[in-house]
Amino acid sequence: MSFLLDKMKKMEPLFEKGGRFEKLRSVYDGFATFLYVPDQVTSRGAHIRDYMDMKRTMIIVVIALIPALLFGSYNIGLQHTRAFGIVDWSLMQMFWFGFLKILPLIIVSYVTGLGIEFVAAQIRGHEINEGYLVTGMLIPLIMPIDVPLWMLAVSVAFAVIIGKEIFGGTGMNILNPALTARAFLFFSYPAWMSGDTVWIEGLTKGGAIDAFSGATPLAVAKLDGIARMPSAMEMFVGTIPGSVGETSVIAILIGALILLVTGVGSWRIMLSMTLGALGMGLLLNLTGGNAYMQIPAYYHLIMGGFAFGAVFMATDPVSAAQTNTGKYIYGALTGILVVIIRVFNPAYPEGTMLAILLMNVMAPLIDHYVVQANIRRRVKRVRTA
Amino acid sequence: MENVEKEPLFSAKYRKLLTNPLGQDNPITVQVLGICSALAVTVKMNPAIVMAISVMVVLAVSNVVIASLRKMIPGRIRIIVQLVVIATMVIIVDQFLKAFAFDISKQLSVFVGLIITNCIIMGRLEAFAMANKPWPAFLDGLGNAWGYGWILIVVSFFREFLGSGSIMGVPVMEKIGVYNWGYEDNGMMILPPMALITVGLIIWVQRSRNKTLIEENK
Repeated sequence: MSFLLDKMKKMEPLFEKGGRFEKLRSVYDGFATFLYVPDQVTSRGAHIRDYMDMKRTMIIVVIALIPALLFGSYNIGLQHTRAFGIVDWSLMQMFWFGFLKILPLIIVSYVTGLGIEFVAAQIRGHEINEGYLVTGMLIPLIMPIDVPLWMLAVSVAFAVIIGKEIFGGTGMNILNPALTARAFLFFSYPAWMSGDTVWIEGLTKGGAIDAFSGATPLAVAKLDGIARMPSAMEMFVGTIPGSVGETSVIAILIGALILLVTGVGSWRIMLSMTLGALGMGLLLNLTGGNAYMQIPAYYHLIMGGFAFGAVFMATDPVSAAQTNTGKYIYGALTGILVVIIRVFNPAYPEGTMLAILLMNVMAPLIDHYVVQANIRRRVKRVRTA
Repeated sequence: MENVEKEPLFSAKYRKLLTNPLGQDNPITVQVLGICSALAVTVKMNPAIVMAISVMVVLAVSNVVIASLRKMIPGRIRIIVQLVVIATMVIIVDQFLKAFAFDISKQLSVFVGLIITNCIIMGRLEAFAMANKPWPAFLDGLGNAWGYGWILIVVSFFREFLGSGSIMGVPVMEKIGVYNWGYEDNGMMILPPMALITVGLIIWVQRSRNKTLIEENK
């Protein structure tokens, strides 16, 4: 490894001010700090330096996503065999089939997104932001496997430019970029983001065995009633049609564990969002106006993108609420909204994406009132003392 | 008349009245007025063009009428008088469209009637016509309506081209044959949010070209 370090040190002057590649300074910086811990030392004052910088944080989230990715690959193969009546595939065969199908999505997502990030960083003279490392991994995981690659590229470009760069890049965005990409696709090309064929590889071209439906449990619950939904166990394990990474609650829980142990994800948001959805589900169970309202409340936690959203999307440190009290409010409202959209809105079978995006917009407001309330309380304390 | 010296019809000052609203004083991208109709009628180009012309007629004529009456209008009821003039013009335009361009009139539906509430028109009457002679008021009306109109047309071009794959009703995308390569129209371009984003992108381009428009950060 020291060979690489020497090489990079030798190249560094080229990127300094006045060097030949001065304009590409941030590209060099990006790669150098990606590979090695920066050797800059603070010259004045006492500072505590921690290796846990943004790049490390982001890498941990990517690691936490790996179980969902692996299971997603297997599930693509599994669903494919079910849809086309293939019986003789081994587990590894299914996994490889799915992995090779999802690889292009990952590559397109990273190439488009990082390309735009690199260009934007050069134009503004900023450092390259690390935020896209996670976003680029999240986006393929929340897409239907059959989405055309050019649509993916367009939505990634939209999310990175309109959702992020316009506001000033990573750390300044109001909306979660990965969900922005998905929302853009959802509203732009609805035929590729809903229905009962896009979730399974190859099904849009037809040729499935008779009486096979590739609808997600949410769509089944909406259209055919609860009786025909997959069992709770199936939804928990994840052997159901759906976006690539969202189906398996087990794989997502492993990711959640990694995030919680390392302290990268906020347990407050995960907990309050789960409780919010559960509470709202129970409330609907009590009133029970129609069949959908009587769905067991815990179903809402294991079907659709709820688990994935609660663990990886709502906890996005940039677009979520920042204050601790605010995180509870933000999470709970997100959970409640997810269930409300799912049950009451006929146009959208899945509410997680829309609920999180809506609460992203509200997060600064929540924070504002939490901070104001704190200030008022302290002012009162000073006055009475 | 206080101003004894007569200005030539197209002096530099008067020409500014026509050209300023096109760019650095644009009613939509700089003053951010008239946004509502910019969102509503820009799905297709044809209605947008008709809307631009309608607003031009209404604004120019009402400006001239108010400017000629400006010394007779009592200050307290000026808004009502302005509204009466605008409403009259809008009804004339609406009836004209219904008689001669019924299809487009149906597409524009209430939005022709809603020209009455277009902030640009009220704004120009109040800010310019009440204090200027008819000729400059006429030029100001034309300039502002055209400044509004060209943004409308540009926005509708992108929305129709990307959202419906056509330009002024001609199915261009189909003729090129991109649908065979798997291309699909972008459904979001037809929804109102994309009009807002398109206007925002135009503002972005304009401000990065003309730095004087960027407000200082306080």
